[in-house]
Amino acid sequence: MEEKKVTKNDLFWTFIRSNFLLGSFNFERMQSIGFCVSMIPILKRIYKGDELKAALKRHLEFFNTQPFVAAAIMGIIGAMEEKRANGADISPATLSGVKVGLIGPLAGVGDPIFWGTIRPVLAALGAGIALTGSLIGPLIFFVAFNAIRLATHWYGVQYGYSKGTQLVENIGGNEMHFLTEGASVLGLLVMGALVAKWTSVNMPLVISEYDNAMGEHVVTTLQTIFDSLMPSIVPLLMTFACMKLLKAGMNPLLVIIGLFALGIIGYAIGLFA
Amino acid sequence: MSEVQLILLFIVAAITGMASVLDEAQFHRPIIACTLTGMVLGDTTTGVILGGTLEMMALGWMNVGAAMAPDAALASVVSAILVIVGHQSIGAGIALAVPLAAAGQVLTIFVRTITVFFQHLADKYADEGNTRGIELCHLAGLILQALRVALPAVAIAMVAGTDTVNNALNSIPEVITRGLQVAGGFIVVVGYAMVINLMNAQKLMVYFFLGFLIAVFTDVNLIGFGAIGAICAYFHIKDMQKDIAIQEAAMTGGGGGGGADDDIDDSDLM
Repeated sequence: MEEKKVTKNDLFWTFIRSNFLLGSFNFERMQSIGFCVSMIPILKRIYKGDELKAALKRHLEFFNTQPFVAAAIMGIIGAMEEKRANGADISPATLSGVKVGLIGPLAGVGDPIFWGTIRPVLAALGAGIALTGSLIGPLIFFVAFNAIRLATHWYGVQYGYSKGTQLVENIGGNEMHFLTEGASVLGLLVMGALVAKWTSVNMPLVISEYDNAMGEHVVTTLQTIFDSLMPSIVPLLMTFACMKLLKAGMNPLLVIIGLFALGIIGYAIGLFA
Repeated sequence: MSEVQLILLFIVAAITGMASVLDEAQFHRPIIACTLTGMVLGDTTTGVILGGTLEMMALGWMNVGAAMAPDAALASVVSAILVIVGHQSIGAGIALAVPLAAAGQVLTIFVRTITVFFQHLADKYADEGNTRGIELCHLAGLILQALRVALPAVAIAMVAGTDTVNNALNSIPEVITRGLQVAGGFIVVVGYAMVINLMNAQKLMVYFFLGFLIAVFTDVNLIGFGAIGAICAYFHIKDMQKDIAIQEAAMTGGGGGGGADDDIDDSDLM
């Protein structure tokens, strides 16, 4: 039997399609159609007839991870499917197991790095310049973020495919654990900075007013008290409150609406300005 | 507004709608979406400034796990229309963006629910080995996401600037608009809380507090925080490797902690 081989061209089209992973995101199986569609160039190369149908079915299973790192999973699964098509003893259950097993750990690395660190850092950089009305702000954000993103997609597919199952063995090992914790350290540090600097709360509620010895009028507001103790303490406490509410299973939309209400009521009674 | 502008606006809004679900190229982020809307409406500078302002507010709006962020796409496009065509202030734009983001989120939840139908249709096509059918199901979901932003945006663009809309906007009590603006200052914490919960590591919270304290008491910018974070991550991983080496040394019974340290190969790290 002739050996079935995924071509460079197939991997290129998988890379292109991986950019649309979330297109048909739905609440039942989330990114499943997107994953299947991304795998089609590879699957069509190595399977025909009933085998192709079975392969399409198994890649319409539940899938949900950070979209950039998903490209690596596509590469790995592509390599495994190729081996299977050539007669290797890889069962559909193994393939599903690998896929589901990779979702969590890779999202654990991808979420803090891309959503928690790279995007806010570049967006804040771009937004700072944009406030002056300069087009350079949006351009810097767009170009830099997409360069990093496309590189992650491209090398994800290539590296995943070339390493294949070898990579899966490492996922359970120490290296993946190191990477996840390292990414979380980076993400949490940046989050701490964001809570302090990229929130604004102003509490002008007047606590005391007097004329000092020099005859100057001194007004002490809630905000000046907080500022002298620990600036940004209020957003920090709000963050903790949100964490608690979300952990208790409250819908994020409801938390957001609650904060709107807090803003409006707070402004109405003079607590916030 | 000219017909050409309406068509261009439809296209821009459709792109942001698709980007909001894809979360890839980031056309849905305020800094990009407001800029593009501003270009179409003939006032790029206002679009860029509004985009930068909204972006600062939306830094923490992110899709993590199964949770969804408030919808930046509809909020950015529609508030840019109201500010530029409807001659509202940037401040009013921010206040309007907040409820628009919530409305957009409801719309995307609706679309993500009806897309379940295409999921089942895709199953049927898979049974038939029809790859083109599955691709069309994928495309259908994406198009619905495009329309859920493009249609409201065009509808609002057609009425923006008219007396009725201006009167309606002006009749919103100040306590609501100012209150929403106030809330806009801290609404981001929901996004931060989501990401922190996701990382869910009590013992790592010390790094969160470190970042917080440095930010409160110094002028380090976010690039600086990225660098400090990377260095902390490096030392944290070093520390983990040391712990593991000590454990392994203890298990084999031989060697000392010091000797085991030398075996660690740094090149394995990344």
